[in-house]
Amino acid sequence: MDVNPHTDTDTQDYLLDEPLAPKRTRFEEFWRLFKQNRLAIAGMVFFILFFVVAIIGLALTSGNDPYLDPALVRLQEKLRPPLAKPNFEMLQPDEAPTLGVYVFGTDDLGRDVFARMLQGSWVSLTVGFVAVGIAIIIGIFLGGIAGYYGQRHIQINQLIVGGFLAAGLLLIIFDLFWVGMVLIICSLACRLLTVLIKKSAGAKAKPAWKRFWYFNTISVDTLIMRFVDIMLCFPSFFLILTVVALLPASIYNIMIVIGLTSWMGTTRFVRAEFLSLREQDFVAAARALGLNDYRIIFRHMMPNAVAPVLVSATIGIASAILTEAGLSFLGFGVPPPHATWGNILSGGKGFIFDAPWLTFVPGFAILMVVLSFNLFGEGLRDVLNPKLRERQ
Amino acid sequence: MLSFIGRSMVQKIITLFFVSIVSFLIIHLAPGEPSQVDPTNPKFTPEMVEKFREAFHLDEPLYVQYLYFYGDLFSGKTISWKDNQPVLKKIWERFLNSLPLFIVGTILTWTISFPVGIRSALFRGGIYDRSSTFFAYLLISIPGFFFAYILIIFVVTQFQVPVIGMETFGIGDTAWSNRAMDRIWHLLLPSLLGATGGIAVLSRYVRSQMLEVEGQDYVRTAKAKGLAPDQVHYKHALRNALLPFVTMFGLILPGLIGGSVIIESIFAWPGMGRMGYEAILARDYPIILTLNFVSAVLVLIGTFISDLLYLVVDPRIRL
Repeated sequence: MDVNPHTDTDTQDYLLDEPLAPKRTRFEEFWRLFKQNRLAIAGMVFFILFFVVAIIGLALTSGNDPYLDPALVRLQEKLRPPLAKPNFEMLQPDEAPTLGVYVFGTDDLGRDVFARMLQGSWVSLTVGFVAVGIAIIIGIFLGGIAGYYGQRHIQINQLIVGGFLAAGLLLIIFDLFWVGMVLIICSLACRLLTVLIKKSAGAKAKPAWKRFWYFNTISVDTLIMRFVDIMLCFPSFFLILTVVALLPASIYNIMIVIGLTSWMGTTRFVRAEFLSLREQDFVAAARALGLNDYRIIFRHMMPNAVAPVLVSATIGIASAILTEAGLSFLGFGVPPPHATWGNILSGGKGFIFDAPWLTFVPGFAILMVVLSFNLFGEGLRDVLNPKLRERQ
Repeated sequence: MLSFIGRSMVQKIITLFFVSIVSFLIIHLAPGEPSQVDPTNPKFTPEMVEKFREAFHLDEPLYVQYLYFYGDLFSGKTISWKDNQPVLKKIWERFLNSLPLFIVGTILTWTISFPVGIRSALFRGGIYDRSSTFFAYLLISIPGFFFAYILIIFVVTQFQVPVIGMETFGIGDTAWSNRAMDRIWHLLLPSLLGATGGIAVLSRYVRSQMLEVEGQDYVRTAKAKGLAPDQVHYKHALRNALLPFVTMFGLILPGLIGGSVIIESIFAWPGMGRMGYEAILARDYPIILTLNFVSAVLVLIGTFISDLLYLVVDPRIRL
């Protein structure tokens, strides 16, 4: 028998079993392909490094008495170049930098840029992950509904209920409380009516008004995809800028706003995957076994649809970090004493010729992190592409 | 064809209606009122604020404000809250400033990315392909403002030319050629920066399209019958690979108004993006809303044109 040379252990077991495909788990297969792509490996290593640095940075720079104080102002030590030794005669003992050297220099207020960079790395990391997390959750939810239930039609009665409800809520927002309440009560009454009609449905021939009541209008798919179209009409950076400028300055607002404006791509991917998956045999089999929709969607279809989502998430993190840096460069977002890479760079723009490190240190940090996410994501895309996998 | 145009028109008008509602809601639900522009300003007495609220219908319920606003917008009467200038006139002036940036940027994008993409597809896996791939990722990943400062430092120290603004201050009465050179220097950096992302993305796209077509049977046939490589690549493969790009002409339309906020504020370029930024800072709602609306219109027109072009160039599509 033709024994596969790769599996020298457990050969005895294999002789008994019929199919002799090389025994590799999904992860081993993934890793074998992934490590051929050197750029992607470099991206992944840097990605892990960034993760570790951000967590260490959070630990070192937060709390009441941080190990490295990013907010300590030493006006006599301003604009010192990187690796400069502090002037100990000029400083109070508790003002001296902990490391004994300004690794990345100091800014125009004499604050240690190294400590500020560490503090900012945590902001970049959380903004990237939380914003993309929000976008992915919305995307999977809407895309899953559009893909799996998309062919169902919305009936007139549901349209009326939903329309009244939305109009009522809008009017309440638009300062017309009582009219809005009446509309919401109307919508609940319509829903009740529908349930009652369904209960009493016995006769075969339906009267005309009943047929109208259950008349199919647009499909769920159309509704969700038109909503995606509407969201795609907005100029995204301008919209984010507007909302962030109008809301009170906070890091959470930035995360939420970036998340709420970037879910459209994921929705489209998930919908496309679901549309093709739901026609496949294993889904038909699962349905024939009598599994409920919830289990079919989350246990059987989602693992097969997750690859493009993962890729777009990785690249989405990169663009969320870029967006956050752009916002804090323009002066929005995290309130001032807290450092982010964008506002360190923005603070250094007055000194680009005298203190170029204030531009280059945060600039290169953003560049490297975003580049590593992009390379890692593209590597993932190549590996998860089934065409490439079959080629061995 | 006609029914396609009609259906798509109706669909786009509905979309536009919802866009107008959503953007109006976003602006007006945010905390803070335009009448509180500057509480520290001594000119803002309570009487002034009251007059202001009345003049701009801020006392009416929100749906009345909505109707007033879009009614004014379509009859061209909307005025900026900041200086009482008509909004459309202001936007048009800024648009004329952004237009050269857009044109030069688009020309740079399309002339650079095609040769780069085609060459790296033809020499797939070679050193040229790999380095251009890496550079493309580098250009996608570099933050625009960081790249802008690198270029400013480089140009100013190497060539000793000023680059901030639309022209050097006080250059008015020098020779014609000096003025032209000055304009070109000022135009070059911002438009190059605006084009970087486009160059990177488009060259990757050209590469993948070209690779796909090069793998087709008819290209193999052309090679097998002994045609010169140039003829195979540029006549058989390239012409078919160009198909999706024809439709992309429609999609660059929204870039007309996009005008990068960050690039324009770094270079003090008085364009659309900077106007939007200033309007956001001053809470000048009519300008923000009009910009949003116009850009949504451009996006919709752009997709419409690209659909139509697809119909024209690809005989396989019949609607």
